[in-house]
Amino acid sequence: MDAHIQVKNLNVYYGKQQALKDVNIEIPKNQITVIMGPSGCGKTTLLKTFNRFLELSDGTQLTGEVLVDGQNIYGREVDVTEVRKVVGLLAQRPSPLPMSIYDNVAYGMHIHKMKKDRKEYKDAVRHYLEIAGLWEEVHKRLHDPATSLSIGQQQRLCLARGLAVEPVIILGDEPTSALDPISSQNIESRLLDLKQQYTTVIVTHTLRQAKRLADYVIYMYLGEVIEAAPAHEVFTNPQHERTKQYLEGLF
Amino acid sequence: MSQSDKINTPQTVTKTTGRVIRPVAVSRARQNSFARRTFFGFTLLPVFLILIVTIALLVRSWPILNAYPLSDLLFGDVWKPTDGQFGFRPFILGTFWVTVVGVVLSVPPCLLASIYLAEYAHARLRSIAKPVLDLLAAIPPVVYGVWGLLAIVPFVDKVLAPLSDRWLGSVSIFAVNQPTGFGILAAGLVLAVMIAPLIISVMYEIFSTVPNDLRHASLAVGATQWQTIRNIVLPQVAPGILAAIVLGASRALGETIAVLMVVGNIPQIPTSIFDSAYPLPALIANNYGEMMSIPLYDAALLSAALVLLVVILIFNILSIIILQRMMRQKWAS
Amino acid sequence: MGFLMKKHWQRRHLMEAFMKFIMRVSLVIVAGALGLILWIVIVRGLPALSWAMVTKIPEGGYYMGKGGGILNAILGSLYLASGGTLLAMIFSVPIAMYLKTYLGDSKWGHYVRLSLDVLWGIPSIVYGAFGFTLMIALGMRASLLAGIVILALIELPIMTRAMDEVIRRMPVDLEHAALALGSTKFEVALRVVTRQMLPGITTAILLGLGRGIGDAASVLFTAGYTDRIPTSLMRPTASLPLAVFFQLGSPYPEVQQRGYAAALILTIIVLVVSLGSRWLSARLNKYTIK
Ligand SMILES: Nc1ncnc2c1ncn2[C@@H]1O[C@H](COP(=O)(O)OP(=O)(O)O)[C@@H](O)[C@H]1O
Ligand SMILES: [Mg+2]
Repeated sequence: MDAHIQVKNLNVYYGKQQALKDVNIEIPKNQITVIMGPSGCGKTTLLKTFNRFLELSDGTQLTGEVLVDGQNIYGREVDVTEVRKVVGLLAQRPSPLPMSIYDNVAYGMHIHKMKKDRKEYKDAVRHYLEIAGLWEEVHKRLHDPATSLSIGQQQRLCLARGLAVEPVIILGDEPTSALDPISSQNIESRLLDLKQQYTTVIVTHTLRQAKRLADYVIYMYLGEVIEAAPAHEVFTNPQHERTKQYLEGLF
Repeated sequence: MSQSDKINTPQTVTKTTGRVIRPVAVSRARQNSFARRTFFGFTLLPVFLILIVTIALLVRSWPILNAYPLSDLLFGDVWKPTDGQFGFRPFILGTFWVTVVGVVLSVPPCLLASIYLAEYAHARLRSIAKPVLDLLAAIPPVVYGVWGLLAIVPFVDKVLAPLSDRWLGSVSIFAVNQPTGFGILAAGLVLAVMIAPLIISVMYEIFSTVPNDLRHASLAVGATQWQTIRNIVLPQVAPGILAAIVLGASRALGETIAVLMVVGNIPQIPTSIFDSAYPLPALIANNYGEMMSIPLYDAALLSAALVLLVVILIFNILSIIILQRMMRQKWAS
Repeated sequence: MGFLMKKHWQRRHLMEAFMKFIMRVSLVIVAGALGLILWIVIVRGLPALSWAMVTKIPEGGYYMGKGGGILNAILGSLYLASGGTLLAMIFSVPIAMYLKTYLGDSKWGHYVRLSLDVLWGIPSIVYGAFGFTLMIALGMRASLLAGIVILALIELPIMTRAMDEVIRRMPVDLEHAALALGSTKFEVALRVVTRQMLPGITTAILLGLGRGIGDAASVLFTAGYTDRIPTSLMRPTASLPLAVFFQLGSPYPEVQQRGYAAALILTIIVLVVSLGSRWLSARLNKYTIK
């Protein structure tokens, strides 16, 4: 397996409460990895360690390493903003920035001064809106506020905004849980389309979605990784009792 | 909104059951509606109080407003009550200068400090900052005045004035014409510190109305924290920041004792921040109740209070409406 | 590889560091200026502070440096502030309760809150002038009573809003439970809210006291000044802020010194009241349901 993210001896504490216990996993490159587990088991926490969002809340403590392409993102000389550029995030609720649709997509590119002139920005905005499957719907009203979009469209806009800074990894924390079934399906098919070029890590609360998306599965319970294996193995022949129970819907 | 809707529904239920069943329930319902009406009467009090204060001052200053055109009062240069000359211009300009200097000195550090507290500081610093700010807001004006006398006036006299004389003397608003230390700059410095706790608290509250989701959305694409503040947070809170500044200005406008103690109290048209001035509140405080035998003097002083009140009411209402609206958005989300 | 490293100090990183630096400096400046106030008041006030100052009233020639103290002003301020706070309570508690139980976040509720906040912003010199016109209209002289009434007006919005803010944080569930049990809203207000309001009321009282003790411009015209301890509501009374103010205006250094000491006494009282309110409301909060 070609590991893109390696997690080594990772422990996370919120104050005194331990949220992740000695996590050791490897996340394969250019595949979709799905993190599953009952609510409160630390899925979001694990995801947040990948783009260093954990440090945004007070009183968190972290030991261990998270390596992206072999480099520890918690290393001394590492630039957090560079990590977050490389590791994109699709949040649970879509969070369009309070600006136009166009500016939302261009935001990250401006932040990193990635393009030279207006035309390049314009082309790039179009490109990423197309990738997110939103161009057809919004190209006539690019300068409307992003909040005028439907929730489902907003989530795709956030996808486009994230992709525009050219990340290599996409994180998604239950990215479809706020959406209607059709919008969810739309996002899912985007993610499937994109997995050739991006390493994708998705937290999901529905088993069906996990089965539709997953190439690789991580099952967590009470802050520990119980099982981490290719999807077909986990779904057909889980090694651990807990995983089996979860898959049978006993939780 | 939703909260009151929720509360209202069960109320109608109790009412109907009360009406149908026992007499006890009927009397309880009556008690309820009686209480409701009485309490409602109490809430009229603040609204009426504003009106009554304004009207009382208007009525009492009517004699002078009648005797002189308003423009003569507001723009007249000469203040000689014994000769029947009531020009407020020196006092209005004094108030204006002192307030502007105070706000200009206060806002930049307060804005930066509140951004730091809201966006960068750890929970521990924040939990210390809030009570400390409350404590400082509780220090009485006269204590600020004492501090002004003991520290600021000598500081202006011995340090700032010579510096300004040396480097900025040719710029007229920095010219040192009356080297005593007492004056607009001293008053402005005292005011700047005095309104700081209020401005910082309000600004801090305003920053906390911005949902974290927005900050995270920006950070997630690799923006630095300052880029996030600059591009996302500040545009969102701009009206609130402005309102906080106006609120601070209106506090400075009305401050009496602390300013009175350090401003010099010379009725002149100031041309430099080192000049003495005589703001409206100081005028009222120094003279009211004393020379009441001079005709119209008392009406003139009350019309000064009226001018002050009207300006402050306008400032306050505007800023508070903006602030309340922003806070409500926060409650709603 | 090193692709995540800071390749070079980009402009945005410099900007981040610079802004953070000047923000910290600003915070230090503001905190320093305010700390300096306390420092100066302590350093200049302490030497002149004596037992006589807080236990005696001015003796003959006090204002020329002879013996005596400012007990008249200390007591006067306490009378003024507690009277004003008590009077303000009578009105602010029902208003705060009504805002919570009947108005919630309704339109009228917003207007009432707006008017309270606006009242809060009216400077005390204007209240003082207003109070004086009232006194003239009623044929009253400067007196403890007049001072109390004006301070009550000044404290009313502060106390009401303080209570309102505390009650607003009260969970709605508790209220619903009471309503579901068949209480009328008035009964809810009385029982549940009163218990929940206790921290709010204490905070409000202490805030009101602090403001009442420190306010100078309003009592200047309304309460007057005297060297005696007031024995009746209708007599004038001294107050601490004015004691500071008048003594500082004296040409005698000894008297000025005692002005600084009076400022220190005033500061100590206000800080004790303010700290007390924090401590008390924190304690009371333990006994209410959050
Ligand atoms: N900011 C926080 N502060 C304290 N505890 C937290 C915080 N965030 C999460 N937790 C705790 O950490 C555990 C894991 O949370 P989380 O990662 O959000 O779980 P999941 O996403 O699997 O539902 C939970 O017990 C939760 O209560
Ligand atoms: Mg979660």
